[in-house]
Amino acid sequence: MSAPRGSTSSGPYVELRGISKRFGGVQALSDVSLTIARGSIHALVGENGAGKSTLGKILAGGIQHDAGELIVGGRAVRYRSPHDALVDGVTIIAQELALVPQRTVLENVFLGVESRTLGVVDRRALLRRYERLVERSGFALPPSMPAGALRLADQQKLEIMRAIARDARLIVMDEPTAGLATDEAKKLFADIRRLQADGVTIVYVSHFLDEVLSLADTVTVLRDGCHVRTAPAAGETRDSLIGSMLGRPLTTVFPPKAPPPPDAPAVLSVRGLVRGRVVRGVDLDVRAGEIVGMAGLIGSGRSEVARAIYGADHRDAGAISVCGRRVDPRSPRHAARAGISLLPESRKHDGLVMLRSGVENITLPHLDGLSRAHVVAPRRQRGAAAQMGARVGLRAGRERAPVFTLSGGNQQKVLFAKALMHEPRLLIADEPTRGVDVGAKEAIYELIVSLAAAGMGVLLISSELEEVLGLAHRVLVMREGRLVGAFADGEATEGNVMSAAFGAVAEGRSR
Amino acid sequence: MTAHDGSYAAEAPPRGFAPRVSLDALRDYGVLISLVALFVALSIASSAFLTQTNLLNILDQQADLGIIACGATLVIVAGGLDLSVAAIFALAGVMACKVANETGPLLGILAGCGVGLGVGVLNGLLVTVGRMNSFIATLAMSIIVGGVALAVTGGSQVIVEDDSFRFFPQDALVSGLTRASVALVIVVTVAWFVLARTTFGRYVYAVGGNAEAARLSGIRVNVVRGATFALSGLGAGLAGVIVASRVSSATADAGAGLELTAIAAVVIGGTSIAGGEGAIWRTVVGVLFLALVGNGFNLLGVDPLYERVVTGALIVLAVSIDAWARRRRS
Repeated sequence: MSAPRGSTSSGPYVELRGISKRFGGVQALSDVSLTIARGSIHALVGENGAGKSTLGKILAGGIQHDAGELIVGGRAVRYRSPHDALVDGVTIIAQELALVPQRTVLENVFLGVESRTLGVVDRRALLRRYERLVERSGFALPPSMPAGALRLADQQKLEIMRAIARDARLIVMDEPTAGLATDEAKKLFADIRRLQADGVTIVYVSHFLDEVLSLADTVTVLRDGCHVRTAPAAGETRDSLIGSMLGRPLTTVFPPKAPPPPDAPAVLSVRGLVRGRVVRGVDLDVRAGEIVGMAGLIGSGRSEVARAIYGADHRDAGAISVCGRRVDPRSPRHAARAGISLLPESRKHDGLVMLRSGVENITLPHLDGLSRAHVVAPRRQRGAAAQMGARVGLRAGRERAPVFTLSGGNQQKVLFAKALMHEPRLLIADEPTRGVDVGAKEAIYELIVSLAAAGMGVLLISSELEEVLGLAHRVLVMREGRLVGAFADGEATEGNVMSAAFGAVAEGRSR
Repeated sequence: MTAHDGSYAAEAPPRGFAPRVSLDALRDYGVLISLVALFVALSIASSAFLTQTNLLNILDQQADLGIIACGATLVIVAGGLDLSVAAIFALAGVMACKVANETGPLLGILAGCGVGLGVGVLNGLLVTVGRMNSFIATLAMSIIVGGVALAVTGGSQVIVEDDSFRFFPQDALVSGLTRASVALVIVVTVAWFVLARTTFGRYVYAVGGNAEAARLSGIRVNVVRGATFALSGLGAGLAGVIVASRVSSATADAGAGLELTAIAAVVIGGTSIAGGEGAIWRTVVGVLFLALVGNGFNLLGVDPLYERVVTGALIVLAVSIDAWARRRRS
C-alpha cells in the first residue's frame, strides 16, 4: 500500500513565504511558509479551523492572501480568481463539489473550455476530446448522463476529469474521501497515484490521518493558522501527527466520566425504528444521566436516526417513548414538547438564522413562554438569552451580536443554549463540535458531561471517534442503517468500534 | 478553555456597542438620510412643496401603495414574493362596486377586503402545501385574478351610484387627514407592531432567514409563510376598496404595475430581497421616497418620463448596496 515515495518528485513547484489571511476578526492563517515539491503528494493536516482549507483555496485562487508571497513554478503570483490559477495549471476539487447537477457529464467536464466554432459549441469535437480524456484518465463515465444523477464517487471522478481536461499541473483536493465508502476511497487513492505518475502535483487536505500516512509523500501540520512542521510522511505516525495538531497529548482533552447509577430510568426508548432504506430497524435506550455515543461511517444512518426521533423526518415505523410514556413526534414541535432537543448536524443549514442575533436564535423555539398574548417581551427575552448564554459558557454580551459575526465555537454555544432552554429530558447532539477550535471543543465536552451529571440523557453522534470514546458511557455502532455493535464503557476501543463500523471487510481506514 | 482563549478575543466586538462601519451604516440609514435630503432640497427648490395641502395630498395619494407595500414587506421578509397584488387590487375594487350595487355599500366594502384575503390565502396554499415557487405561483394567480376581474366587468367600468359607498372621500376627516391617510397610518402601525413586536413577527424573520432552522425550532413554517401571503392579499384588497370608494367606480385594469412599484419601495427602503431582514419603517421610507421623487418632478415641471429612469436607478443602487454588504459578511 505504500506510495512511490519521492520517485517522481523533483525540486520545488510551489513556495509559500509568510502567507497570512484574516477573515473579519479571525486570523485564519498567520505567517505560513512551506514548499511543495513538483510531482509529490503533499498532505495538509490539522484540526478543524487550523487553516487547511483556507490554504488550499489561496493556492487555487478561490481567496486571496493578505500578506506574504506565493511562488508557483519560480514566479511570484497573486491569483485573483480560480480562473487565474487555472491558467497557471492550478485547480481545486473542493469539499462541496462545483458541478452543475442538471447538465451532462460532457458539458460539465468542458464547462468554460468548450470546443467552439464561431461561438457555437461543437458537440462532436467535444465527444472526441472526451474519448481521449477517458483514455488518459481511465474513468469511463457516461457522457450524456446528468452530473447530478452520478454517485458521489463518480462526481468526484468527474471533477478530476475536469481538472485533467484543463491540463492542471497541481490539484488541491479538499477532504476528497468525506462521504465515500471504503472501497471507493481506495479506488480514489489509486487514481491519485496515477495522476502523480503523470507528473501532477497533489495537495491533499484531509482529516483522516491513516489515509494521509499511506498516501502522502510529505505532510504539513497546521495548528490555529500557524505552520507547525513539514516532514516526510514516512517518518510520521498517527500519534505524532495528532500530538502536533493538538499541541499536547490526546488524553488530557476529556473530562472524567461519571456513569449514571445502575437503576437510572430510561429517558428514551426506541423500538423498531425504520425510515426507508437508511434506517432499517433500530432499537436503542438512553438512561437518565447517560451519554450514549453513536459511531459509524458517514452515511451509516446515524443522523437519520436522530432526525426521525426528533420528528424532523418522517418515520415509516417505530415506537418511541420518553420517560416511559409513548410519544409520537410527527414534527420537531411535538418532539420538543415531549422533552426532546436536537442539536443539528449543520448549524449553518439547520441550526441558526445567521443574520439574526444570538438572543433571537436562542429564544426562537421558546418565544411563547417569553411573550404575553403573542407580544414578545424584549427585556425578558434578552434576560433569558443571557442566562442561557452564561450557562453554556458564552461570554456575556456575545449573545447580542448577529451570529454570523461569531466564531464557530461561539455559534455552537448559541445552538446549545437554544437547545437547552426548555430543559429537555433528552439531548440529541449531532456532531456537536464540528468546525470549532480546540478550546471551544473542551468547553463543549465539559458542558455535555455536566448536563448528563445533572440527569439529562444524551445521545451523542460524532464522526470523531476519540470524541465518542472519550465522552460516552456506552457506544453504539451503526452500519448501513442498522445497529451492529454495542460496547460498554470498558469494552469500547478504537479497534473494535471501527471494525464494527466497517463490517466484515474492515481495514485500517479509521475516521 | 486555556491557551486557546486568545482566538475569542480576536473576534469582532458585538455590534450595537461599537459604532458601525460605513457600509453597514449606509445600508441601514442611507435611505433615511437621502429622504431627509430630498425633503430639504424640494422645500428649497419649490415654494409649493412645503405646504400642508401638498404634503397631505402626498400622503393621501400613497395610501394604496403604502398599504400594499406593508403586505409585500411581510412576504419578502419571510422569503417570498407576491406578484398578484395589483390584480387583487383591481378585483377587490370591482367586487366591492358590484356587491355594493347588489346589496349595500358596507357589504361591498367587506366583500372587496374578503376577496383580497381569499386570494391571499389561496396564494399561501399554493406556495406552502402546493410547494410552488412564490414568484410563479403569484404570477399565475395574478393572471387568473385579472381574468376574473375582466369577466366580472365585461371590460367596462363599474359605477356605484349610492353616495354612502364613498367611505374614503378625498375631503379631510381629522386635521386635514383623509380617511385613506388614516387607514394608511393604521395599517403601517399594525404591520410595524406585528413584525417588530409579536412572536409571529419573529417567526417571519426566522422563516425568511433560515426556513429549515425555523422548522427544527418547532415553528410551523407553512403557517407563517401562508399567513404572510394572506395578509398581503388582505392589504391589496383594502387598497383596492379604498381607491374604488374614492371614485365610486372600478375597472378591471386598475392598479397595473402596482405590484412592482410596491416591491421597488420595499427594496429601496433597504429590506433585503433575499429574506430574513427588513422592517416596516424601511418600507415607509421607501414609499415616501418614491412619492417625493414623483412630487418633485411634478412641482419642478420636469418631464415625468424621467421619473421612471430615476426610480430604476434608485432600485439598482439599493440592491447593489444590499448585495455588497451581504458579500462582505459571508
